[in-house]
Amino acid sequence: MNHNETMEKPFRSWFMEKLLNGMTWPEYLRSLVTPFNIFAALVLIVGIPVIVQRFVYGLAAVTHASYEYPWGLILGWGLFGGVPLSATGFVMATAYYIFGFKRYRPLVRLGVLTGFMGYFFAVVYLLVDLGRPWRIYYPMIVGFGTASVLFLVAWHVATYLTVQFLEFSPAILEWLRARRVFKWATFITIAMTIAGIILSTLHQSALGALFLLAPGKLHPLWYSSYIPHFFLASSIYAALVQVIVVSYLCARFLRHAADSYFLESLDGLTLGLAKGAVVGMYVYFVLKWVGVAHDDNWHLLTTPYGKWFLVEVLGFVLAPALLMTLGLKTGSLPIVRFSAFYAVVGILLNRINVSIIAFNWHLPDHLHHIIPPLKEIMIVITITTIHILIFRWITTRMPVIRQEPLEEYQH
Amino acid sequence: MKGRLSRRDFLKTTALMGGSLLAGGVTEALGYKEEFPVWTKSYGVLVDLTKCVGCRSCERACNEVNKLPPPDRPFDDASVFERERRPTAKAYTVVNRYETEGGPVYRKIQCNHCNEPACFSACPIHAYTKTPEGAVLYDPDKCFGCRYCMIACPFYVPAYDYWSALEPKIVKCIFCYPRISRGQLPACVEACPVGTLTFGRRPDLIKLARKRIIENPGKYIDHIYGEHEVGGTSWIYISGVPFEELGFPTNLPKRPLIEQVKGFLGAVPVVFTVWPALFGMCYAAVKHRSETKEKEDKK
Repeated sequence: MNHNETMEKPFRSWFMEKLLNGMTWPEYLRSLVTPFNIFAALVLIVGIPVIVQRFVYGLAAVTHASYEYPWGLILGWGLFGGVPLSATGFVMATAYYIFGFKRYRPLVRLGVLTGFMGYFFAVVYLLVDLGRPWRIYYPMIVGFGTASVLFLVAWHVATYLTVQFLEFSPAILEWLRARRVFKWATFITIAMTIAGIILSTLHQSALGALFLLAPGKLHPLWYSSYIPHFFLASSIYAALVQVIVVSYLCARFLRHAADSYFLESLDGLTLGLAKGAVVGMYVYFVLKWVGVAHDDNWHLLTTPYGKWFLVEVLGFVLAPALLMTLGLKTGSLPIVRFSAFYAVVGILLNRINVSIIAFNWHLPDHLHHIIPPLKEIMIVITITTIHILIFRWITTRMPVIRQEPLEEYQH
Repeated sequence: MKGRLSRRDFLKTTALMGGSLLAGGVTEALGYKEEFPVWTKSYGVLVDLTKCVGCRSCERACNEVNKLPPPDRPFDDASVFERERRPTAKAYTVVNRYETEGGPVYRKIQCNHCNEPACFSACPIHAYTKTPEGAVLYDPDKCFGCRYCMIACPFYVPAYDYWSALEPKIVKCIFCYPRISRGQLPACVEACPVGTLTFGRRPDLIKLARKRIIENPGKYIDHIYGEHEVGGTSWIYISGVPFEELGFPTNLPKRPLIEQVKGFLGAVPVVFTVWPALFGMCYAAVKHRSETKEKEDKK
C-alpha cells in the first residue's frame, strides 16, 4: 500500500491498521486474552494502587523511609540496574553506524528501542522515588550544581533520552509513513550516534562515580577510584548480552512481529555479539582485580563481604564468561543464550551490591534493613510489567524486528 | 545580611563568648574580610565529651528555638538512652549514651557543618550553601528530593520528611544561623549547663582543644575529631575515649570528599572534546574504505 492511498482511507481504517494490528475491536480484544496478559493485568490491578498510595501518602507509605538508606530497590533496580542494560542503543548504533558492522542491521533498531525504553523507565522509577517529582527539571533551570555527579547524570540522561528518541524516530515515522521528517531523521543519525557515545560514556561511569562521594559508607571492595571505569566497562558487555537476551525473547514470543530477515540472521548475529561480550567480560574481570590490587584490599577477601565479592566476581562475571566461551567453542546457541542471561543477572547483582548490599555494610542490622518492604517490591514489579507491555506494544506495531516495504524512501 | 557579620554583630558575639583565650582573635576579626578559603574565619563549636552529663538541655533548647514538633518522649525521659538515636525529621540534634570502660559517655549529634560539605557537593540543584559564618544551610524551595545529600553525608546527618506527600524536605541542624547572624549563641550552646559546648572562631577552638589536651595529660586522647576529617568540620570534638567507641565514623579521608570526585569530573571535558574527533574519524575511515572498495570493484 502506498503513501497516498493511506491518506485517502477513512480514519477508522487507519486506526484499525495502526493500533489494532489490522483487526476489528472484538477480534483485537479476543486476541488480548493470553496467559501472560492475565498475569500482567493482575499485577497492574494490585500494583497501580500501591503507586497511587505513594503519591497520596508520601514515600513513607511504601518504602522503609530510612535516613541511613535513602536509596532502595526502586533506584537500585530501576536506575542502577536499568541503565547499564540500556546501553544497547549506544553500543549497537556505534557498531553499525560508526564502526561499519553492517551485518548487525537487523538488531540495530531493537538495540535502540531497548535503550530508549530502558532510559525512559529509569526516569519513571526516578519520578516515583523523587520526593518532589514535579521539580524534575530543576537541575536544568533552577540551580546548577556543577560539582555534583548527579547534576551530570540528570543532564545526560535527559539529553540522551532525547537523542535516543530521535534515533528511534525513523521507526515511528515509517510506521506513520511520514516521508519528509523521515529524511531529516536519517540525516542526523551520525551526529546523534556520536552524541550518544559521549553521553553514554559519561553517565554510565557517572552512576558509579556517584558513590565516590561516600568512601566511608561503601565497602572498600566495591569502593574504588576505578568505580567509574567498572560501571562503564561492564555496561558495554551488558549491552551485548542484553541484545542477545532481548532478541531471543522477541524471536520466541513476538515471532509474528518479526520478518524472516530478522529471524534467519539471528543465530549468526547472536554468536557475533557473544564474541564481543566475552572479550568485554574478561576485560572487566581483570579490571576488577586491578581494582583490588590498586587499593591493596587482598586481606578483605577472607571476610564475609570478601566472600560475597568473590561470589559476584567469580560466580557472576567469570562463570558466565567461561560458559559463553564454551558455548562459542561448541557453537551451542542454547549455552550462549543461557550465559548471556546469566551475565545480565550478574550485572544486576553488581549494581544492587554497590547501591544496596555493600552500602552501609558496617551499620548494625544492615542485612535486615536492606530487605525491601513488600510494597516497594510491588512497585518495581508493576513498573517492570508496564515496561514490557509498552515494549511489546511498540515492537508489534512499528518496524523494529521487521523491515517494512519502504525501500522507495531510501537512497 | 546573609553572607558576613557586621563589626557590631561580631563584637556582641565576642562579648557573649567571653574568655580570655578567644579575645586574642578579636583584633584580627575586626579586620574580617571574606576571603578564600572562607572557613579559616568561620565559627564552630568545640564539644568536650568529657564534660557532657546527658541532661539533654541542648535537645530541648534546639526544639524550642527552631519550633520543631514535640518529641516522641519528653526531654527528661532517660529511657531514650537505651537505644542509639540519630537526628530525625523532627529533631536537629540528639544525645546518645555510650557505655565505655570508664563509665558512660554522652555524645551530642548534629550537623558538623563541614568546611567543604559533601551534601553541598552532592546536590545537583545547589540547594545547599556554606555561609562564611560556617553554617551549612539547605533551601527546601530548590530541592527535588533525590536524597543524594543523605547518601553523601559521612556523618548520617540529613533526615528526610518521607511522610509528606506534597512538601517533603531535608531536615538538619542550621547552626542557629539566624541567631549567630544576630550575634547570639546557638541555642544548644547557650543551654548547656556544664560547659560541654564552646562557641567561637574555629581556629581559636582548635587552639583551645589542643591546650586542653596538653594541659590535662591522660584525660583526653590525642585527637581533635573534625580538625582534619573530610577536610575539617565547624563542630570539633575532644574525648577521653577513642572516637570509634562513641559511634564516630573513623574511616574517613582527611581531604574533603569532593576531592574523591574531582578526577572524574576533570575527565568530562576531555570526553566531550576528544570523543567526537575520535569517533568521527572512525566513521570517516570506515566510510572511506568502503568507498575505495566500491571504486575498485567498479574498475
